[in-house]
Amino acid sequence: MANTATPQPAPRLIDPDAVVAHVEKARRQSKAATVILTAIAGAICVLLAAILVYIISAGASKAFDPAFLTSPPQQFKEGGGIGPELFNSFYLLVLTLVISIPLSLGAAIFLVEYAPDNWVTRAVKTAIEVLSSLPSIVVGLFGFLLFVLQMSWGFSIISGALALTMFNIPILLRVIQQALEAVPTDQRDAGLALGMTRWETTVHILLPCAMPAIITGVILSAGRVFGEAAALIYTAGQSAPALDFTSFDLTNPACPWNIWRPAETLAVHIWKINSEGVVPDLTAVSDGTAAVLVICILAFNLIARFAGRRLSKKLTAE
Amino acid sequence: MAEAVQPAAPAPQPAPQAPQAARARAKRMMPKKRVELLGGGISGACAGLATLLVVTLIFMVAQHGLATFTTDGISLASFFGGTTWNPHSTDDAGAPLVGALPMIIGSFGVTIMSTLFVFPFAIGAAIFVVEIQPTFGRKVLQPVIELLVGIPSVVFGLLGLSIIVPFIRGIAGGTGYGLLAGSIVLAVMVLPTVTSLSIDAIAAVPKSYREGSLGLGCSRWQTIWKVVLRSALPGIMTALILGMTRAFGEALAVQMVIGNAAVIPTSLVTPAATLTSVLTMGMGNEAMGTMYNDVLWSLALVLLAMSLAFILIVHLIGRKGAKING
Repeated sequence: MANTATPQPAPRLIDPDAVVAHVEKARRQSKAATVILTAIAGAICVLLAAILVYIISAGASKAFDPAFLTSPPQQFKEGGGIGPELFNSFYLLVLTLVISIPLSLGAAIFLVEYAPDNWVTRAVKTAIEVLSSLPSIVVGLFGFLLFVLQMSWGFSIISGALALTMFNIPILLRVIQQALEAVPTDQRDAGLALGMTRWETTVHILLPCAMPAIITGVILSAGRVFGEAAALIYTAGQSAPALDFTSFDLTNPACPWNIWRPAETLAVHIWKINSEGVVPDLTAVSDGTAAVLVICILAFNLIARFAGRRLSKKLTAE
Repeated sequence: MAEAVQPAAPAPQPAPQAPQAARARAKRMMPKKRVELLGGGISGACAGLATLLVVTLIFMVAQHGLATFTTDGISLASFFGGTTWNPHSTDDAGAPLVGALPMIIGSFGVTIMSTLFVFPFAIGAAIFVVEIQPTFGRKVLQPVIELLVGIPSVVFGLLGLSIIVPFIRGIAGGTGYGLLAGSIVLAVMVLPTVTSLSIDAIAAVPKSYREGSLGLGCSRWQTIWKVVLRSALPGIMTALILGMTRAFGEALAVQMVIGNAAVIPTSLVTPAATLTSVLTMGMGNEAMGTMYNDVLWSLALVLLAMSLAFILIVHLIGRKGAKING
């Protein structure tokens, strides 16, 4: 009691009040930062939800209308549909996956299992990195140059599928590479110790192990391919000839399976009608098409998650 | 048939030494070894094909892009320094008006502005996911952000056209098209890319750093600001550069909202153009081999060179980051 009354003669190095103030300040700062960061995260959630709700609600009346989904587009009249575009999108997607899955699978196996550590491997890795960062319009223009003009395949499904393959290879390659690298080394050693070759080990042990991750990655990449437009406007073209589903003559431009016909996809359709601006019900058609596109991509995402989980349960018997 | 085969059959006697020896060697080899060679060969061929495609791409784009300067005799200065883009007409001296400066400024403008917009949101969300609410972040926010990666760029362009452009028109007047609309659309587009990569960068900071800092009595924010972010800086920079790469190369979404007027932008809300928008609009209209077409390929070459430069920067940052973090 007496001590508090008489001032301390010894000089204090640390003022306890200042320490308390400092700690209080740090605590306030930390709380403020938490609030701000939470607000940012919340804002992003709201933004994303708003985007999805807006796209789907704006196009819902068209997107769930069977007539819109099956009828051909109109140039100068109202009431055009997206039937051929919807088919073209899926057909191009399937063709692209058929070409790009084996290619990326092979390249990924080479890079993970075989590649010696030398300049050739480094060159391959650099090339793939370059491909992954190339703007898709540049890939599209290269496809225009090589497939459309040089090979004189014209604006065709095959040109589009090959351009999309170039767009898809780096995405798929990375997914498969990561999936293979995630398989424990023990599995590899066990296979080799049993006298299997590296190839047999890869095919019989590593690939089944990596399969759930690969399937998930393939479906997610399918979503990217499905919505890609810049790589397609100068390769698969911007026109969708009317399709005749009774025709199986592969040289007939109306035959849906003919890979030499031009094929506008959903994403290209949105871009084209907006940049031309001659369709009278432009907003309704492009909103409807966007909703169909986004619903398909949401479905891909859900399927990817579901399939990956299901498959990994089946394979690991958990 | 037999006569046709006859002359061919004796011929292989002197020469075929090599293939026969190879066949004999293949027979002596264990079948396993052949499987192995085949596997290595097939997978190597796939990797080789992918590499070949990239090399061909760079070569072909460069060949057409450089034709402007070699065949058409346009000087580098008038291409990179010229402020008027109208390749169909010529100036008083008779030189074609192929100044790419408006588009180069436009491309860099939207890229830098969108990065400034996206930076606080992406980093904030990444810190939130890793440091503040890991369960909510990993279960809800991260999947939602990854979902956004999948939304096609034309859909973002369409949203820009139907929401952002009218909004800017209402506030600033004019048409609403321009650099500002382009950068906002791009910011929303690259947000998921930058956020996911920043999450990876922040999550890669060793746990012991945080424990050390908290053990010394630092608050959570002090730990984040002074320890975690410092250590994750190279990774965050990489995330931003990769976001910029995507913004710089995006074509259709930007083309839909930028207004497509190839002039030096005087304000953020007047129509402008980017390298990609001019390429998208022009390439279909001009015949191959004409001067106009060659100049368009030069724009594509600039785009290609910039994406190579961005990769180089990422590598340099990676090397420096490895040095900083030991």
